Amino acid sequence: MSLHVIMFSLLAILAIATGVLLVTRRNPVSAAVSLILHFFALSGLYLTLNAQFLAAVQILVYAGAIMVLVVFVIMLLNLGKEQNMRENFNPRTAITIAMSAALIMQLVLTFTGNPTGKNQLSAASEKIGSPAEIGNILYSTYIFPFEAISLLLLVAVVGSIILAKRTVDK
Amino acid sequence: MDAIPAGALILGVKLFLVVNVLLIIAAYLVYFERKISAWMQSRVGPNRVGPLGLFQSFADVFKLYTKEDIVPALVDKKYHMIAPVISIGISMATYAVIPFGEYYVDGVNLMAVAPGISIGLLYLLAMSSVGVYGITLAGWSSNNKYSLLGGLRSAAQMISYELSMGLALIGALMISGSLDLLEIVKSQSGGKWNLFFQPIGFIIFLVAAFAETNRAPFDLPEAEPELVGGYHTEYSGMKFGLFYLAEYINMLTASCMVTVIYLGGWDIPFLYENLAKAGISQGNPLLALIQFGVFFGKLIPLLFFFIWVRWSLPRFRYDQLMDLGWKVMLPLALANILLTGIVMTILQYFGIL
Repeated sequence: MSLHVIMFSLLAILAIATGVLLVTRRNPVSAAVSLILHFFALSGLYLTLNAQFLAAVQILVYAGAIMVLVVFVIMLLNLGKEQNMRENFNPRTAITIAMSAALIMQLVLTFTGNPTGKNQLSAASEKIGSPAEIGNILYSTYIFPFEAISLLLLVAVVGSIILAKRTVDK
Repeated sequence: MDAIPAGALILGVKLFLVVNVLLIIAAYLVYFERKISAWMQSRVGPNRVGPLGLFQSFADVFKLYTKEDIVPALVDKKYHMIAPVISIGISMATYAVIPFGEYYVDGVNLMAVAPGISIGLLYLLAMSSVGVYGITLAGWSSNNKYSLLGGLRSAAQMISYELSMGLALIGALMISGSLDLLEIVKSQSGGKWNLFFQPIGFIIFLVAAFAETNRAPFDLPEAEPELVGGYHTEYSGMKFGLFYLAEYINMLTASCMVTVIYLGGWDIPFLYENLAKAGISQGNPLLALIQFGVFFGKLIPLLFFFIWVRWSLPRFRYDQLMDLGWKVMLPLALANILLTGIVMTILQYFGIL
């Protein structure tokens, strides 16, 4: 087994374990910490795929900013342990179960099926994860979607400010 | 497979050196802080343990280790124990990418733990933003109103100042053209330090660094008149010591970042050309020592500045802190990027750059 495979296995196990912990913990802070660890494991997996930029941004944005906000809100509201919720069977649950089953089926079929061929990475695509390459692609080939997303984010920022301000005025 | 054990050995030695030198420097930083504050307040400061009190910090660490570790009954024990470890672990992890020099043996740069990483700067920013979890979890797990407020303030402060910090760095990045810290230092060689081209960015970064390290005047998470001791109220013994140490290591990290990004790292104009003439070039271990010496020499004034400011300025009020972060620093940092972009475009148009 090469170092690569060992690293991948460790990180994959960590990712799955923390993912399971995230949904099973009753304490909201424990769940949030599991999610943070999960992001670290994901970032490690990106590193094994040569995607350094994505790995760094994963930690910087998700673990370092978004999850800090989530933990902040949990602490600010001082949420206690989640109460055992009794939920009656309703159509929503049925749809959820059916869609999850379909997803699992698809995953099983994908991983047990015969591989159609081995993809060899070209020399150019091996460097694709570096910041310089991603910058070049984002600002040349994909400039329009990139700008469209930034406009979308701007709209979201303006919208959230308007919503927040309205509650203050009342 | 033969090359890996040698590489692993070199890595192990580097890690051992970095961690231990770091702890010793942090211990002496505590000593210097106490001495400088004493001079500023016409006191004597520590002078009992060893000559000039030089071994005071070690005596303090021994005291902290032998103290009883009191864990209050109603804390969340798991997170209460792990929070100081997160704090110090992450503050030390940043040193994986900081280059202290450029000295090659068999094509391996020996002056950094993991040199030449293409995402070096992003890694530094990521680690400094993740470091807040230690303080936040400590505040939450202590099950104490004051600790919780301290943890909350820390999280809010970190989010507010991280933005200006990252945006202030973009100006320097545009000039250096790389996220690799080694490349950033190289691009500044010969006195072309980013400090001279990015004075606004430099000041914003420095102020944000104060906020990120929770140093006065931004030490609201532990403001003792309002919050008893803030996030470390319920900590005693070496667990408190780890938070204390982490603060000093963070201060050192911030100084290292300023040195690498704005002060040209180990660069001094004309020094290395003249050294090469005198026969000190790649292959001579003296070069590595001189580079580290220059790097360290640039750190000392910065560290002194951190201490100087702490004992000169009163603490901000919370709303002042938020106003400064969002209404002054953030627009300034954005204006700095715009200005840098315009000037660079003009210079490129006339073919100067």
